[in-house]
Amino acid sequence: MELNRVLDIVLGGVMLGGIYGLVSLGLNLQYGVARVLNVAHGEFATLGAFLTWWLYVRAGMSPFVGLAAALGLSFGLGWALYRLVFARLQRLVRSLEAFEAACMLTSFGILFVIQNVVILAWGADVRSYSYLPGAVRLGELVLPVNRIIIFGVSVGLGGLFYALLKRTRIGKAIRAAAQDRSGAASVGVDVQNVLGICFALGTGAAGAAGSLISMVYSIHPIMGFEYTVIAIIVVVLGGLGNIPGSLLGGVLLGVVGTAVTYWQPGLAVVAYYFLFVVLLWWRPKGLLAA
Amino acid sequence: MVETKGLVGSLIRSGTTLRTAALVAVAAALVGAPWYLPAYSLVFLSNLGMYVVLTVSWMLFAGTTGYISLASAVFFGLGVYAAVLWRTSLGFWTAVLLGGLISSAAAAGMGVVTLRLRGAYFSMFTLGAVELATSATRWGEAHFFGRVGRIVLPVGQEVIYYAMLALLGLLFAAWELVQRSKLGMALRCIGEDEEAAAHIGIPTTRVKVVGFSLSAVFMGCAGAIMATRWTYVDPRIAFNLQLSFIPVLIAVFTGSRRPYGAALGAVLFVALEDFLITRLPYHYMLLFGLVMVAVMLYSPGGVTAFVSRWWEQVLAWAGGRGGR
Repeated sequence: MELNRVLDIVLGGVMLGGIYGLVSLGLNLQYGVARVLNVAHGEFATLGAFLTWWLYVRAGMSPFVGLAAALGLSFGLGWALYRLVFARLQRLVRSLEAFEAACMLTSFGILFVIQNVVILAWGADVRSYSYLPGAVRLGELVLPVNRIIIFGVSVGLGGLFYALLKRTRIGKAIRAAAQDRSGAASVGVDVQNVLGICFALGTGAAGAAGSLISMVYSIHPIMGFEYTVIAIIVVVLGGLGNIPGSLLGGVLLGVVGTAVTYWQPGLAVVAYYFLFVVLLWWRPKGLLAA
Repeated sequence: MVETKGLVGSLIRSGTTLRTAALVAVAAALVGAPWYLPAYSLVFLSNLGMYVVLTVSWMLFAGTTGYISLASAVFFGLGVYAAVLWRTSLGFWTAVLLGGLISSAAAAGMGVVTLRLRGAYFSMFTLGAVELATSATRWGEAHFFGRVGRIVLPVGQEVIYYAMLALLGLLFAAWELVQRSKLGMALRCIGEDEEAAAHIGIPTTRVKVVGFSLSAVFMGCAGAIMATRWTYVDPRIAFNLQLSFIPVLIAVFTGSRRPYGAALGAVLFVALEDFLITRLPYHYMLLFGLVMVAVMLYSPGGVTAFVSRWWEQVLAWAGGRGGR
């Protein structure tokens, strides 16, 4: 294969991987910190994608207004869901294993609710719009402008989330709650509130990622589950609770996906799954684990 | 005569007469159903049978070991594709049998790879397998045959009904046999405390793989039977993700660890589904999701726990009044 092809695949994969990383970072916050295995995670991306599409096509608003709206809406929804549903499950269920199972099943119910609300609100069709369709030439490489932008934005947002966790007071509380809940509670951290915010940050990241997805790819109401599976794989790839690992794992998976799609379209998910199997055998704690 | 008396006598002594009589009556009523029920009821009953098979066979492994498998849709879908491939050339019953065998082989393979993972990782893994099966089948069909879906030669509603009933009978027999065997004991030990089970010399991995692939046999057969009803099949229909969650939901919903409780739960579930699909076709899935969330939130011990709590309250209330 010529060098240009390889570069094409790698760059394309990296740009797709930015979105994967952002979606996975959200799931990582939810499962890694709040211990909620949210099967409906991808549904928040669907929500963000449809909201952005709708605002752009019907109201002529810039997709970046849609991005802000998607981030806000999915953050709020996530926070409400945590307070109303998952915090309650935590009080009901004693052991961690039972809590994880209960969360998984409940979030599957939520998956159906969101999927069908999207279908009822916007119809079951595949949608897309054209945004910044131009391309940049880099020697012999041609890079679409919108993909460069969404890569930049997803990495920027990922960095913002990371900074939030590392530099702010609430981030410190989240890290404390992740390490030792009763310890955090004993020094005055309102653990349930902190976990709620953490869960909402996760859904917010998914919503923002969905909005970026709509700028480049076509969207449909049942696209979410595929992103959930991808996010789960990336979390295993990068390590549970490891935020930079999520971004790196997302990029890695994006490159693998683009390469497989170039060779044999339709087998990307199969390749992801095999990667998952191999990883769980070889490094169940993640690639970056010491 | 004496022998019969002896049998009846022993049944009375062991206190199971009522249960046996009820079981025989239900079985007779079900076998005779095509003679006295309208045709639509057979469709409803076979549908119900499918849910009971999926739930009870799921409980056979997951209910005892605590490994929450979400791969039911994979095993069911493999059965569907067995019917797609062999219904015409080998006949209905052979196709059903092959469906069961292929599913159990797949489960054994999957079990060897995944059953060393505990908790959420195992669930995620089996969940991902559904997406894998869907996209691999879709790719294979498009790549090698240039199509999306396929037609299955149908069989009569009565054949489907009797096939499902026979499968159900076999499953309940298998359940009883497993519970009384060493395998059942080993599975329960693993569910209680896997480390302790390994310490007392139970070959845990082998037991888990056997249990997992045994439960998949019935799911595969059920898929092959149902495929002949649907006539048109594509990967999304065959490996329907919902079929992975419904058995878990029914088991949680009833909260019972017994197959009869699960069967009752499946009846309630299908009745609800039937009602909602006919009345509210556009909101059905939305309501399905809401019901699922509500069950998890408000009935964590399942209906069984709810009813027994309620019954205790009634008793306490009656006792309080009696005392006054």
